[in-house]
Amino acid sequence: MEASTAIPTSNAALLWLPTSSLWRREIVRFLRQRSRIVGALATPIVFWALIGSGFGRSFRVAGSAAGAPDMNYLEYSYAGTLALIALFTAVFSMISVIDDRKEGFMQAVIAAPISRLAIVLGKVFGCSTLALGQCLIFLILAPLTGMHLSAGSVILTTFMLAIVSVELSALGFLIAWPMDSTQGFHAIMNLFLIPMWLLSGAFFPASGAAGWLRVVMFVNPMTYAVAGIRHALYWGADPGNSSLLGIPSLGICVAVTIGLTLILSGLSAAAANRN
Amino acid sequence: MVMTAADDSTAAPKRSPSMPSNAVEVDHLSHVYGDRTAVDDVSISVGAGEIFGLLGPNGGGKTTLFRILATLLTPTRGSARVIGSDVVSGRAVVRRSLGIIFQYPSLDGKLTVRENMIHQGQIYGLSGATLAKRSDELLDFFELSDRRDDRAEKLSGGLQRRVEIAKSLLHRPRCLLLDEPSTGLDPAARISLMSLLHDLRERDGVTCLLTTHLMDEADRCDRIAFLDLGRLAACDSPAALKSQVGGDLVSIAAKETEPLARRISQQFGVEAQARDGAVRIELRNGHEFVPKVMASFANEVESVTVSKPTLEDVFLHVTGHGFSETAADGKEK
Repeated sequence: MEASTAIPTSNAALLWLPTSSLWRREIVRFLRQRSRIVGALATPIVFWALIGSGFGRSFRVAGSAAGAPDMNYLEYSYAGTLALIALFTAVFSMISVIDDRKEGFMQAVIAAPISRLAIVLGKVFGCSTLALGQCLIFLILAPLTGMHLSAGSVILTTFMLAIVSVELSALGFLIAWPMDSTQGFHAIMNLFLIPMWLLSGAFFPASGAAGWLRVVMFVNPMTYAVAGIRHALYWGADPGNSSLLGIPSLGICVAVTIGLTLILSGLSAAAANRN
Repeated sequence: MVMTAADDSTAAPKRSPSMPSNAVEVDHLSHVYGDRTAVDDVSISVGAGEIFGLLGPNGGGKTTLFRILATLLTPTRGSARVIGSDVVSGRAVVRRSLGIIFQYPSLDGKLTVRENMIHQGQIYGLSGATLAKRSDELLDFFELSDRRDDRAEKLSGGLQRRVEIAKSLLHRPRCLLLDEPSTGLDPAARISLMSLLHDLRERDGVTCLLTTHLMDEADRCDRIAFLDLGRLAACDSPAALKSQVGGDLVSIAAKETEPLARRISQQFGVEAQARDGAVRIELRNGHEFVPKVMASFANEVESVTVSKPTLEDVFLHVTGHGFSETAADGKEK
């Protein structure tokens, strides 16, 4: 019988191979569960269509008073809906970590002689790929709002969505890993993640909000995700666009998102190493 | 004679001097959760190539010991070595020499049998043609080749368990750890699982350490250890353990067991215990005892059975309480 030296111990074998394996698994699983595809994509679209149409009459973006053209609410909430799709897909895909660890696939992964970082990376890249994919499908609907996306803005939006997806997946991992029940995860989702999205400028601009709310929105990382996506969507278009007034600049949005992604990934890796 | 000598000389260099004779050594191991001691000063040695059962009721400490050996839990006190490496300081080495089968399947139901195998290989650093070849060989050995492209969730519990074991062997571990491997299996699948472990031992000399709460499964192990309330209550071969109980077991069903037990004890000078609606007496030549009891207590006795002791009787004998009684019941004693 061959001894256990049959297992390679290089970095490539212990980090990248398992990372790509877990990454691939996430995508294959998703594609084989039609209800998840529909749920993650349809929920925000329905949300967007209903709220966008419902508020359409009563809502005007502040700043249009400054002479910029009026913007309908479907268009205003479009960037935020992209962020919501990323949030739903990334975070809901992460829920599986909880059950998987206790009585599923992850048990074997945790007991394997691989770097725990591979678990974090495989899961985060897997979930963010799904999130990005869903967002790109939704991006096809952009012309319905009257937006005309240039090639540059599509590329920049894709980049922005990619880093936001990784950021939210890492956040999801950090929340899911220490949890022992999916109920707990749903509670966090309702108490923390949905409000985070509501107060990101996705729903209403900070400029019209009460003072304390503006502070919350200023420290909310989701604000920078939505603002970044908004900038990217209008890249190269009329700079007088009313929804871009008073939001953080694209540079700041990218820097905050990438910075937070690195911090959250580091914390996730630390959490995964602990237990 | 000459042939034997030649065989010995060719075989000798294969055994490296560092190769431990024991696959698993547990040395005064304890684990404490908060104020509950789950494993209490347990020492066990499992020989290479042995099929060893950890038997005990739920809460007995089996799963804690399993998790410590699987390097998933750090013991509070004491140490454990697997194939010569310490489970704490040599964790990475231990992980490479262990194949682990969890109580709940670690298969991804949405992936096919073969995809599950490939994933498992990759998280052990295997890839390409080597992995594909080993995966095919194992699926063949486990008679799963015709199901390789089916999703794992479509397989019966028994077949899923086979895949589980097949995938744990991809990296050619020297020792298999199985946590309640028969969970969810019907009796036929349980028997085929145990004979599979015996086949593996014959073929590759793989050591198997399994936890179980099933007596018939424990009966098929080379040796078993009883874990009760975290303590090692007994450790030996099933036959040796059974011989500890005094020969036969006479069980007398009666309406009023307590007074009957007292009277039988007084009259025959044997130790009779009232338990679960019956009077139990452990003694040699039980068949000779039965007519005497019937002659004296014909009116009280409803039925009498004489049986060879089972492991359950052994458990009662060494711990003083029944196997199915929970750990909490035991604590109150």
